[in-house]
Amino acid sequence: MRIRVGHLYPDYLSIYADRGNIAVLARRAAARGHELDVQAIGIGDAVPDVDLFYIGGGQDREQELVAHDLAAKAEPLREAAADGAAFLAVCGGYQLLGRSYRDVAGVELPGIGLLPLETIAGTRRMIGDVLLDCDWAGQTLAGFENHAGRTLLDPGAEPLGRVLSGFGNDGASGYEGCRSGRVYGTYLHGPLLPRNPWFADRLLQEALGLDEPLDVLDDGLEREAHAVSSARARARGGRH
Amino acid sequence: MRLALEKALARSVGSVSRLAGRGGGTTIPGKLLWKLDPAAIDRLAARLPKGSVLVSATNGKTTTAAMAAAILRPEYRLAHNSSGANLVSGVASTLLRADGAELGLFEVDEGALPEVALRVKPRALLLSNLFRDQLDRYGELELVAARWRAAVESLPHAQLVVNGDDPQVGDLGRGRALVFGVDDPSHARTSLQHAADSKYCLRCGTPYEYAAAYVGHLGDYRCPNCGHARPPLDVRATDIELRGLEGSAFTLRTPNGDARVELTLPGLYNVYNALAAGALSTALDIAPSSVATALRGFAAAFGRFERIAIGDRGLLMLLIKNPAGANEAVRTLVDAGAPKVAVIALNDDIADGRDVSWIWDVDFEPLLDGLETLVATGSRAAELALRFAYAGMPRERIEVIPSLERALDRGLALTPAGGELTVLPTYTAMLALRRVVASRGHVQNYWEAA
Repeated sequence: MRIRVGHLYPDYLSIYADRGNIAVLARRAAARGHELDVQAIGIGDAVPDVDLFYIGGGQDREQELVAHDLAAKAEPLREAAADGAAFLAVCGGYQLLGRSYRDVAGVELPGIGLLPLETIAGTRRMIGDVLLDCDWAGQTLAGFENHAGRTLLDPGAEPLGRVLSGFGNDGASGYEGCRSGRVYGTYLHGPLLPRNPWFADRLLQEALGLDEPLDVLDDGLEREAHAVSSARARARGGRH
Repeated sequence: MRLALEKALARSVGSVSRLAGRGGGTTIPGKLLWKLDPAAIDRLAARLPKGSVLVSATNGKTTTAAMAAAILRPEYRLAHNSSGANLVSGVASTLLRADGAELGLFEVDEGALPEVALRVKPRALLLSNLFRDQLDRYGELELVAARWRAAVESLPHAQLVVNGDDPQVGDLGRGRALVFGVDDPSHARTSLQHAADSKYCLRCGTPYEYAAAYVGHLGDYRCPNCGHARPPLDVRATDIELRGLEGSAFTLRTPNGDARVELTLPGLYNVYNALAAGALSTALDIAPSSVATALRGFAAAFGRFERIAIGDRGLLMLLIKNPAGANEAVRTLVDAGAPKVAVIALNDDIADGRDVSWIWDVDFEPLLDGLETLVATGSRAAELALRFAYAGMPRERIEVIPSLERALDRGLALTPAGGELTVLPTYTAMLALRRVVASRGHVQNYWEAA
């Protein structure tokens, strides 16, 4: 089958190897006989009908350049989510999927309110390796975080995982990321998907609308990378 | 008392470094001075009769400073931190052993530049480029640029030499700088690389249009909306010749005349390094012909581009440390004919960057055409292997050998007699590999070289 992916602002939000995540989705889809059809969605573009949206991270300046355009797309994006499209938002993109982002100067950027959260910039960056326990999937996620924003989830909102090592959403709550239906947001880059193939496969499964998990692949290298990354998080995650 | 401390530390410089043995010891006395009496650095710098010159950039600063040293050495007795110790402590260590030197020539880490500039009060400042590098360590590009701007403004009398081809850097020198840049569209790329950083107009945020893009975002840019553009060039590189791995050449055009510069170093990025050193020399009133003479026999700073004979095989070592620099290494290799075997070493120590995501922003893909075996090594070998696997390289042709020494031996075993093995290491992997090669007697340790 063809899996249509809408990559939001690849020219602006592609700082922490976001194209690595797309490459993983494409190759893992191809290994099961599916084809990933990725289209860029830029400033001023209409929101196309796709199965999966991807939005990555950017430096503050790039984030500012896209925030208002994204806000103008809020309604069609929310409709797409309601119709079952999956979303993966990383770092800056994660922040913009919440209601708002307030920078250190107090200036507020609008979000699209797809995830029940808001973000306030802090003065100290939270940088380092991270390991999450995602008990909803019986899996862990290993990655790297680098953010000044403190993301606060609304009461009752579901995080992506519990922090085993690292800072997480705000360095205090013990949780990282947010998920709501098929919408996932996280600070984890590294990039996220190469060393966490189960999560890539889950996104593909949801984009395909399948009830059954995809066929298993030989993930020896992925497991090795995950093990090294997890060990890094355990040894040095969550320290300034 | 203060003087006594400086003298005692100065005496200890050599012996402490040799005792430390692993080469990391060269900054220990400087670290002590920096901790105990930071103002001593100001006093030591003020003693240099001809003042100091600082060289900073994300990419090429060690090579550029080494080139500048080769050019300036016939004119001045230099105090130069040639071992690449480029933080405040490294500059302090060099000052401590600067007895008899006339001019300080310091390569400075881009993050440390404001502090070093404040203390050393340089007569000239060469600012060459700003690329995204180790976001976990330096922070975002705009932040580094803002700190550079403040440093420049705090030195109203220093002669500025800036790379006009870099939008952020070129803008620092408006009105007071000697501006250099490449002026040879025949070597431009058709489009900006994936890793290009400063793509959006500094003034209004509109994407720049490039009449020519050379290395990363360096080039001849213009904003179609507000007109912010590359400043006029005072010192230019024209008529560039790239000769694969064998070297390069260009014509250095300056207000003081022109000269043909021949380099044994390959690639457009080394033309930029030589051009930057040539521009700095122009600011110091050195004739272009002297620049050309000094650079004719110039060999690369250790590990940047190094060819080492190991028995009947050769080793070609090209340092990679961020997307823009790694892209140029790949481009240089591919222009010369892509290697069949490569050892690529990814470490994640502080000096390499703990965040290894940058390898996904490097355009390694051009290597895949000719590459038969990749030996992935270093502490994050598996991560690097994944980068190539997801680029489409069959997994059975990727060997993961985290031990650098074993990976090197494997690479040599895969290289036919008379052949040359390509090794692309990150910074600490490069140091470790050089130690392995040195322990086998093939090269000197870098702190014993110069």
